[in-house]
Amino acid sequence: MANSQLNSGNPRVDIEYRRKKSAEEMRHQVVSFALMIFLTLIAFAAVAIKGFSAWFIVPFILLLAVVQVIFQLYYFMHMSHKGHEAPSMFLYSGLLVGLVTVLAFSTIIWW
Amino acid sequence: MSTYAQKKGFGATIWDYLTTVDHKKIAILYLIAGGLFFVVGGLEAVFIRIQLAVPNNDFVSAGLFNEIITMHGTTMIFLAAMPLVFAFMNAVMPLQIGARDVAFPFVNALGFWLFFFGGVFLNLSWFFDGAPDAGWTSYASLAMASKGHGVDFYVLGLQISGLGTLIGGINFLVTIINMRAPGMTYMRMPLFTWTTFVTSALILFAFPPLTVGLVLMMFDRMFGSNFFVTTMGGNTVIWEHLFWIFGHPEVYILILPAFGIFSEIFPIFSRKRLFGYSSMVFATVLIGFLGFMVWAHHMFTTGLGPVANAIFAVATMAIGVPTGIKIFNWLLTIWGGSVKFTTPMHWALAFIPSFLAGGVTGVMLAAAAADYQYHDTYFVVAHFHYVIVGGVVFAIFAGTHLYWPKMFGTMLSETLGKITFWLFFIGFHMTFFIQHFLGLWGMPRRVFTYLPGQGFETSNLISSIGAAFMSLAVIVLLYNIIMTSVKNVKVGNDPWGDGRTLEWSLPSPPPFYNFKQLPLVRGLDAYWLEKMDGKKGMTPAEPLGDIHMPNSSILPFVIAFGLFVAAFGALFNMDDKAWSVPVLIIGLLITFGAMFLRSVKDDHGFHIHKEELIDDEDKGVKA
Repeated sequence: MANSQLNSGNPRVDIEYRRKKSAEEMRHQVVSFALMIFLTLIAFAAVAIKGFSAWFIVPFILLLAVVQVIFQLYYFMHMSHKGHEAPSMFLYSGLLVGLVTVLAFSTIIWW
Repeated sequence: MSTYAQKKGFGATIWDYLTTVDHKKIAILYLIAGGLFFVVGGLEAVFIRIQLAVPNNDFVSAGLFNEIITMHGTTMIFLAAMPLVFAFMNAVMPLQIGARDVAFPFVNALGFWLFFFGGVFLNLSWFFDGAPDAGWTSYASLAMASKGHGVDFYVLGLQISGLGTLIGGINFLVTIINMRAPGMTYMRMPLFTWTTFVTSALILFAFPPLTVGLVLMMFDRMFGSNFFVTTMGGNTVIWEHLFWIFGHPEVYILILPAFGIFSEIFPIFSRKRLFGYSSMVFATVLIGFLGFMVWAHHMFTTGLGPVANAIFAVATMAIGVPTGIKIFNWLLTIWGGSVKFTTPMHWALAFIPSFLAGGVTGVMLAAAAADYQYHDTYFVVAHFHYVIVGGVVFAIFAGTHLYWPKMFGTMLSETLGKITFWLFFIGFHMTFFIQHFLGLWGMPRRVFTYLPGQGFETSNLISSIGAAFMSLAVIVLLYNIIMTSVKNVKVGNDPWGDGRTLEWSLPSPPPFYNFKQLPLVRGLDAYWLEKMDGKKGMTPAEPLGDIHMPNSSILPFVIAFGLFVAAFGALFNMDDKAWSVPVLIIGLLITFGAMFLRSVKDDHGFHIHKEELIDDEDKGVKA
């Protein structure tokens, strides 16, 4: 992980470098946090403002939710860092298997 | 040191196995329990063949026949093949990656006991007004109409044993990702470890759909819900989908470890490294992925429509490609090798044409239009017995002979092993080859008898005689096991002489901590590399130090036993028995009480100290 060296006892680790890394990390978190709040406001607004049909609002909010999940995983749960290959592979394969099932159920069973 | 070397009494040995968390002992438990269920399932197969040996037979009644075929399928798949495969995974995989145990030894024991109690529960149905009789697929349209408690035993028994399998699979995944020895990269893992890895991933994704399906059926049958009741707006086809979304990966869960075992046998006895190692890994992963995209080929005649049928037909045929890669790699591994015809090698060589025949009929069945003719005939029965017996059961026999010295420290007799092989090989083809033709001539599957004069008599008789050969083979194997255990001639680290992977660098059986010092892995076939460099054993990757070991515990047994008790309560609840709800509650209390105890009581395990590890002849090497 990129920031694991913060805990290392090695005195030769460049303190300047570490500080810069942490600052960058912090900036990413704040930016994604602000974006997530903004997306939540849009979601509320989409329901509150009259004139949109349910056929637009539901997929739209689901799309926003997917974006939020990606932010959550990559910026707050550090999946953007190295050392997460196995978890992401299993997440995506699980997602694939799940989505194929949903696709099959919604195309050949119920409709 | 002396504390470990004590001779134990019978009761102490039993207690040792009830409480063990050691992967090698759990492997033996899986082998014994799986072997027991294999014999039960085999007996059921013999009854089926006796009943069908002559037309208009009345050896068993029609209803009993349905129960026998259902239990034969369910037992063989869930309670024999899977645990036997798990036995080898447990015994060998941690040794192959250079680990001292699996990641969660306690959970490993829990997985075994859940499987065991689930299996016992399912088989107890014989003693409570009838076994399940809706086929091993237990299609809801049939299962919902089944009288008695048979299907309820199926639902609850499989739920419990499925839970055990699921946590076993997760355990293997974590072990392989986190506990490989220094230098053991993914692309240096032996192929059996790779197939264990992919199989465990398949278990992780495939068992939840089964769990969901079983829960829905449990609520429908026991608590009055209507998921599969069409008159109330339910849909029975949902069960078929859920079952096969699980069921198709399930057959790969069985066959991939079989491929793994054969991928170990071919290099060992051809004395040549596995041809196309990386393409083997690629093919294994690809088969795993494709396994989830093809389930509807079991349901071509359900009326999915031409588009869905075509998609699933093409996807199914695509699986032939990675499987073909594997077949050619095995052939090219043998090609030019210095082949030793040992018992495991006999099985491995016989596996290629047998499995290939099953694969070819698989592609035939995948053609959706033609499947309308084959569907529900003996052609299908012949097909899946060719892949499962010719693939998985051959691998289990091969693995038993190959790994017996590693698990028990003694060699099974080669002569008797070859007798077993020839009896089984001849019996297998005699039983199932003719069934292709029975199917094409129009004999439907799952019928309890047939009339004379339809042209089925001779073929069915031949098929039944073949089954007798297979039974004889199993008896010879059991005799072999007993004789070997009685003689008890211990063997050394590498009894086959050509072991390539880490497990053969250890004593047979390995000490309970496996590796005194974790080995340094310098490439694929780590032990072979060291031998070729003229070394006696592995180079250690760490200095000799204290080893941290987990404590034994009876709690896994108790947790599983609680669910076993609770299942009886749930099952008899629909009869309005006064005791059913208290039994359900007591069972769950036992389970959750044991889990609570495990959570609050800290168990830090113990250390084997460095001094105890140094014996006189072996001082341990400095890293």
